Amino acid sequence: MLEITLDKLPIGQEGIIQSVGGEGILRRRLLDMGLTPRTRVIVRKRAPLGDPLEIYIRRYELTLRASDASKITVIVEADEA
Amino acid sequence: MKLHFALVGNKNCGKSTLFNYLTGSNQHVGNFPGVTVQKKEGALRTDPDITVIDLPGIYSLSPYTSEEIVTRDLLLYNKPSAIINVIDTTNIERSLYLTLQLIELNIPMVLALNMMDELTVSGGSIDIKALEEQLTIPVIPITANSGEGVAELIKRTIAVAQDATLPKRLDFCSGPVHTAIHAVAHLIEEKVRRKGLPLRFTSTKLLEGDDDIMQELQLSDNEKDIVGHFTQEMENALNTDREAALADMRYAYIEDLCMRTVHKPQDTEAQRRSVRLDYYLTHKYLSIPIFILIIGAVFYLTFDVIGAFLSGLLGQALDSITAAADAALTNFGINPAMHSLIIDGVFAGVCSVLSFIPTIVTLFFFLSLLEDSGYMSRVAFVMDKLLRKIGLSGSSFIPLIIGFGCSVPAIMATRTLASERDRKMTIMLTPFMSCSAKLSVYGIFIGAFFPNTGALVMLSIYLLGVIIAVLTGALLNSFVFSGKPVPFVMELPAYRMPTGRSILMHMWEKAEDFIHKAFTVIFMASIIVWFLQNFNTQFFMVNSDESIIAEIGKITAPIFAPLGFGDWRMSTALITGITAKEVVISTLSVLAVDANGNVNLPNLFTPLTAYTFLVFCLLYPPCVASLATMRKELDSRSSTAAIILYELSIAWIIAFLVRHIGLMLGFN
Repeated sequence: MLEITLDKLPIGQEGIIQSVGGEGILRRRLLDMGLTPRTRVIVRKRAPLGDPLEIYIRRYELTLRASDASKITVIVEADEA
Repeated sequence: MKLHFALVGNKNCGKSTLFNYLTGSNQHVGNFPGVTVQKKEGALRTDPDITVIDLPGIYSLSPYTSEEIVTRDLLLYNKPSAIINVIDTTNIERSLYLTLQLIELNIPMVLALNMMDELTVSGGSIDIKALEEQLTIPVIPITANSGEGVAELIKRTIAVAQDATLPKRLDFCSGPVHTAIHAVAHLIEEKVRRKGLPLRFTSTKLLEGDDDIMQELQLSDNEKDIVGHFTQEMENALNTDREAALADMRYAYIEDLCMRTVHKPQDTEAQRRSVRLDYYLTHKYLSIPIFILIIGAVFYLTFDVIGAFLSGLLGQALDSITAAADAALTNFGINPAMHSLIIDGVFAGVCSVLSFIPTIVTLFFFLSLLEDSGYMSRVAFVMDKLLRKIGLSGSSFIPLIIGFGCSVPAIMATRTLASERDRKMTIMLTPFMSCSAKLSVYGIFIGAFFPNTGALVMLSIYLLGVIIAVLTGALLNSFVFSGKPVPFVMELPAYRMPTGRSILMHMWEKAEDFIHKAFTVIFMASIIVWFLQNFNTQFFMVNSDESIIAEIGKITAPIFAPLGFGDWRMSTALITGITAKEVVISTLSVLAVDANGNVNLPNLFTPLTAYTFLVFCLLYPPCVASLATMRKELDSRSSTAAIILYELSIAWIIAFLVRHIGLMLGFN
């Protein structure tokens, strides 16, 4: 088990959301979109210019910026990371 | 009985497709008062006594974005007879998050499961009966694209609205959240009843820390303390904060509900196809070339092929109508002044604007195609990083690019942006994208002054526009819209084939908008300009070089003198250019004739003043049509006036700098 922030999650690897940080409208938006603790998430790809990220969660694709993703911590199996 | 239904749902759930299907052409598009949030209303095709309002696409009823606030206020204070909650069934978990909050409002409600067919095709199924039992509201599968199930949906909605059937169950929580909500509800029950607000919704929102509801209720300090205490207890028990606790509670309920009612073994075909398409369309190296290709094709087809062809046809038709009217007036022996007013003023003005319509309609055909298919979100994803520095997101990229074609559709296209702040900012930056009408001005001047360095001059003008837009954006971001921008957390919806109906509706909506404008604002402006061009200050009809506008040109000339165009003919051309940018050229071609009767620009301009003049043309306020569109979309005269003032100042300052730096560098 390894805890990292979502922006560090390698592409294609699954993580389980541990906590959602940030504040105000950003945090609220993340929670509303279904990024709640214990949810599985995969980083699909990064945009051509390196940012934002495309993630797969609750059976849909969502894009968010790396700086915002860094407010979210996920747990991954240590041997996969 | 008159009924009002409200359509509520996430973005991309097919809500607008359903709305178009329900209302056909009986719809009215406007803005919610005071905000740039679009409001669409219409009567049912099948039952004109029933009106439907299409509310903005939202994901939650939190009080953060103007879209959410507008929806909330309408549902709370302007109660519809029933809510039709439309959800994308292939994305059911996230969609039900809003559903749970809507149910708390305690308004008759039905749930429309859109895109059910897509789920079925991929082998999934939903136990509708179980879902109805759990949510205690009617659940109707529909396909908004084909209209399947819509008749049943309306029938059931009418039934719940007429019988005022409320959801039977409002309580979806358990444990400490449950305890806290009930404690808060008990505390505020009396107050809420007097205000006529829904108790359950109000309690949940108070617990979530919703300031708007807090203010609305005017809680005493003591009551606030007690709510704070309940919140604290809940947070301690769950070891998390209030917002996460409630979001978690809702999603936990939804996961459990879906486990029992949704049988969906895998992603649908549309979702898998999207992943395959995105391999190319958001590819590291291919995505940007593909985007340039697509937008290039759209521009080429709109401005050079289809739009230009249709504009030509319409232009011919308008010309023959004008000619017929001209002949009829001559035969009738009407007063020459009246004749000139009708033909040179009204007809010329309105026709010049109407001839834009084919271009706009063609452009919006392509834009709706890109928007409704889901490609626009990918553009936002790919281009986001470029616009972030000035506080915008990738979603503003398309409107800004369209600005190079024409500011009018570009400003209209900002409606699809997710936040009001981004919409306003993008509208303000669009005019700096040099539009195609300005191209005719550059073309004439480059031909006359820069035959060998034309491409360089052209490029520098376009670049200057972009640079000024970036600087303006940075300025707006730090001073005017200094608040936190709405975060860029955006769904990338599965690619779907847009429906013909939605595209046609979209095109018609924009055309109607524009026709309306042509016969109101433009009509008035044409009469005023005609009057100014044909009368002198003693109200006698005179040639244009003695007219009021020439007087204004002469009076304002000193203002332009530091820029090197103190000659009244130049200032007059700039002033008339407000009607349309091409008019700068037509005015100059009337005023700048030499003794031999030829248009002679070098008599008036040196190469440096010519270049400065182009810079001024690039930056000063756009044409009347754009300004009218801007005023309508911003829904504010004062903001529009402020923008005009800003553009005038920027144009003057930059032109001044260009001239004086040019002089220092030895240009002439």
